[in-house]
Amino acid sequence: MKNATMLSLWLAVGFAALPPSAIAADDPALEKKAVEMIKRDFKEKGIAKLDRLNLDAVQAACVKYSDKPPHEGSDGLDTLEKQQMAAIKWPADGKFMGDWKKGEVLAQSGRGMTWRDKPGDPNGGNCYNCHQLKPQELAYGTIGPSLLQYGKIRGNTPETQKYTYGKIYNAKAYNLCSNMPRFGHFGVLTEEQIKDLVALLLDPESPVNKK
Amino acid sequence: MSFKPLMLAAALFALPIAVFAQGGGEAKDNTMAEIEKYREMLAGDNPAELYEAKGEEIWKRKAGPKDASLEKCDLGLGPGVVKGAYAQMPRYFADVNRVQDLESRLVHCMVTLQGFKAEDLTKEPFDTDDRKTDLNALVAYVVGASKGMTINPPLKHPQEKEMAELGKRIFFYRAGPYDFSCATCHAENGRRIRLQDLPNLTTHIGSQRAYGSWPAYRISEGLFRSMQWRINDCFRQQRFPEPQFGSDTVTALLLFLASNAAGGKYDGPGFKR
Repeated sequence: MKNATMLSLWLAVGFAALPPSAIAADDPALEKKAVEMIKRDFKEKGIAKLDRLNLDAVQAACVKYSDKPPHEGSDGLDTLEKQQMAAIKWPADGKFMGDWKKGEVLAQSGRGMTWRDKPGDPNGGNCYNCHQLKPQELAYGTIGPSLLQYGKIRGNTPETQKYTYGKIYNAKAYNLCSNMPRFGHFGVLTEEQIKDLVALLLDPESPVNKK
Repeated sequence: MSFKPLMLAAALFALPIAVFAQGGGEAKDNTMAEIEKYREMLAGDNPAELYEAKGEEIWKRKAGPKDASLEKCDLGLGPGVVKGAYAQMPRYFADVNRVQDLESRLVHCMVTLQGFKAEDLTKEPFDTDDRKTDLNALVAYVVGASKGMTINPPLKHPQEKEMAELGKRIFFYRAGPYDFSCATCHAENGRRIRLQDLPNLTTHIGSQRAYGSWPAYRISEGLFRSMQWRINDCFRQQRFPEPQFGSDTVTALLLFLASNAAGGKYDGPGFKR
């Protein structure tokens, strides 16, 4: 009987979402058990060591609040975003723009940080995995917003350059539970590489900003 | 069944490997077109059937230190019942007092009935070009015997209910150098990585399509891939360390997916890019 009810319920929902999959701290015991399970069930492989399972303050808040943390509190959005912003290492020379051509090569590469990658292997920017950038590249992902015409729309001002550098360095300083990795914060990309990506997005000569 | 494997084997040799070179958009579009052509050439047949046939032989043949077949293996519907068993997994098994997925259960049967050592079976459990495991063929056989059936994990025992809940939490666990969880890629509709469509696994339809079409034969690798492999490769791309084969973490995720897909059709083994 119950199964039949469930079945007709599923049929009725069709394409609609399941009952809320939010996992807010509704059951601390279960939360704890899940974490214990994760800590027990993985083994290190290559460069992917077990410490990757430990959560930093941002990850912990985003897991705890299902990516929607409250503003206030020590694990709240305002405090944590401010801390992430303060930890951004801005370029010493005050320049944010590198070489857009190098940035495009970097944007194309989805490599890096998996257990198959060797220590010292260069990491890619993974940009096209999630974003549209230059119009000629049709194999772009859609997890993040389209960045087509990014510089043309925003203008290549010093403020936009700084914002763009910071966003690539640590997206969580601007949007705490953003899907985007923290490329500078976790040392995935170097300062020079981030500058090249800023140029890909903002340089008027970059294909991102050409029709 | 007897002619089909031969025809499939012949078609496999005809596959031009070069089409799988990764590249820009145009190259990928061409790849998709080549895969479609290849599918047409097989006229609806799936190379996974070769694995199914091999798995059925392995299931019935005597093997291991105890020289026994697997025909007394209980996959949840009673000893020896294969038909429909996979559609009702993962599930609680009283003899081990835990929830097991298909692969953990097969290992359990190969250990208890045939006398194999679990470490030997799980040390390198995934197929490579040079090495095909009995376990993987058995997976193909068992899932093939649920084709067309309704995905219906029992979810009645307290451990089953708890595992599905734990799976949900693991699904949303963000960690690692990229801050990724399963949900980063699989919790919204209509998303893709590059050109690869990403199912929204928090919905019934998304889970049914994904869970319901795996395990699968993957033409890009020329190999049959199990659910343990599928989850393992997701964690690799999530930049996590490696989940242990048959661990509770993987079982919990599988039960979470199966519970989301419940009521939908199991249409595997699938045939993937």
